[in-house]
Amino acid sequence: MSPRLTRRSALAGLAAGAGVFAAPAVLAQAKPRVVIVGGGFAGATCARSLAAMGVAVTLVEADQRYVACPFSNLVIHGTRDIAQQTFGYDALRAAGVDVVFARAERIEPEARRVLLPGADAITYDRLVLAPGIDMRFDALPGYDSAAAERMPHAWKAGAQTLLLRKQLEAMDDGGVVVMAVPANPYRCPPGPYERASLIAHYLKHHKPKSKLIVLDSKDTFSKQKLFMAAWQELYPDHLEWAPLASGGKTVEVDAREMTVVTEFSRHKAAVANVIPPQRAGAIAQASGLADRSGWCPIDPVSFESRLAPNIHVIGDAAIAGAMPKSAFAANAQAKHCALAVATMLRGEQAPSPKLINTCYSLVAPDYGISVAGVYQPAKGLLADVEGAGGTSPGGATSEFRAREAIYADAWFKVITDGVYG
Amino acid sequence: MRDCVIAVAATLAITCSFSAAAWSQTAPPAGATACSGCHGGRDSAMPSLQGKSASDIEAAMTAYRTGAREATVMDRIAKGFGDSETRAIAEWLAQNGAAR
Ligand SMILES: Cc1cc2nc3c(=O)[nH]c(=O)nc-3n(C[C@H](O)[C@H](O)[C@H](O)COP(=O)(O)OP(=O)(O)OC[C@H]3O[C@@H](n4cnc5c(N)ncnc54)[C@H](O)[C@@H]3O)c2cc1C
Repeated sequence: MSPRLTRRSALAGLAAGAGVFAAPAVLAQAKPRVVIVGGGFAGATCARSLAAMGVAVTLVEADQRYVACPFSNLVIHGTRDIAQQTFGYDALRAAGVDVVFARAERIEPEARRVLLPGADAITYDRLVLAPGIDMRFDALPGYDSAAAERMPHAWKAGAQTLLLRKQLEAMDDGGVVVMAVPANPYRCPPGPYERASLIAHYLKHHKPKSKLIVLDSKDTFSKQKLFMAAWQELYPDHLEWAPLASGGKTVEVDAREMTVVTEFSRHKAAVANVIPPQRAGAIAQASGLADRSGWCPIDPVSFESRLAPNIHVIGDAAIAGAMPKSAFAANAQAKHCALAVATMLRGEQAPSPKLINTCYSLVAPDYGISVAGVYQPAKGLLADVEGAGGTSPGGATSEFRAREAIYADAWFKVITDGVYG
Repeated sequence: MRDCVIAVAATLAITCSFSAAAWSQTAPPAGATACSGCHGGRDSAMPSLQGKSASDIEAAMTAYRTGAREATVMDRIAKGFGDSETRAIAEWLAQNGAAR
């Protein structure tokens, strides 16, 4: 057992002869230690940045393999292998990050420690929480974790992604695919529409008698004009979008009957992709770091939690104002947060950030569109810098769209190489 | 001296060969660290910024901002930064182009 691991009970610690104490952390270790919970785009980036600054950092991650969501819609489309989405933590170790594979149970802000399964705990001087999302299996009647095995959400990449792919592949030509899209906020605002596009593309070429019905709990969405123009052009017979105003909101599902129920109608599905409402990863609620919305309120300058001291929250779990819940945003936030943490460990104030997001979506494999934004703290939130950002132009040439698809692919390679490579 | 904790140099000033001042001199200006989300250590469809001079980066960003240089997305991003911000970012990137 490494010295940073302490037994939760003093007795256990003494019995083990470890001679270490759970608290206070500052006495237990001469060098300040940062603990990061969650090794996704947010947490892994932050760990690497802190290690590069020479800060002692421990990353607690539940899984030995990280399966990235961006581009997982191409796995569902059938043209990308899940192996291309899958990353490990060896490079983080080599970069000096102390990686612990365990699902953290709870954070105790007063004791400044993270409780791990069994009796283990890790103390910290500052903690960065980056647990991503969990599905709200209490929000949509009929949709629980068992229902997700029949009606995959595929909103965490991995087994769910492959399940949805398998179902689409096995479906008879002529089968109806139904997709339920939640209200804001949720992970990756344009993600459902990229997925809808790529499923429609697959149907058009492999199951031409089939169609996709998108049941949406909203009337407006990210890059809407661009998506809808492309759908009209590319998938007029294979994609039907029902917004909130025309009864698109899903109110119930029946996984046994494979039925998705809206306010006005019932849709029998051959394949159902139900993306439920979401919230910050469970540990955020367990540790009192999420508010009633289910997400974690933060200070936009330091990313410090508004609910507990010495804890920063980044990535999808955080309430980041105008910044979307994206891998690009998580990466940008993480690099700034590392700087904020290192600065605050020195007893100085965190510098004010300017952050960037760029999210690409594929409307077809060779047809990319993007939305970008620049953000800065304003009135306690991260707000858009006026005059910057926006979407790709309407009416662009197919060459322009193809170029954006190439940039999308390059972005994924660069970001995953920077974080996990 | 890998163990030299630059970021916490204040507490380790005696044993550490770097100083807090040295670290803060290279602290990135607002916006600078976000670039590596697309611009990595090697050229891809997006060029690496490694080895680029501050004046080249500044000129490119300014041209994107004014529309003098055509782009798919850099025009939208460059508009988020004023002259002095752009210069500070360019200078930092020129020194730390490969920084993650
Ligand atoms: C279909 C789809 C397409 C997408 N496409 C894009 C895109 O093109 N571009 C883009 O920028 N974004 C995209 N996204 C969004 C992107 O995937 C997320 O925004 C990003 O993963 C957020 O990173 P994160 O680190 O906050 O969370 P995650 O990536 O979910 O990482 C959280 C990590 O924390 C771990 N964890 C959770 N709880 C614990 C615990 N208690 N103890 C230990 N470990 C724990 C998890 O195992 C996980 O590894 C897409 C998402 C989806 C679903």
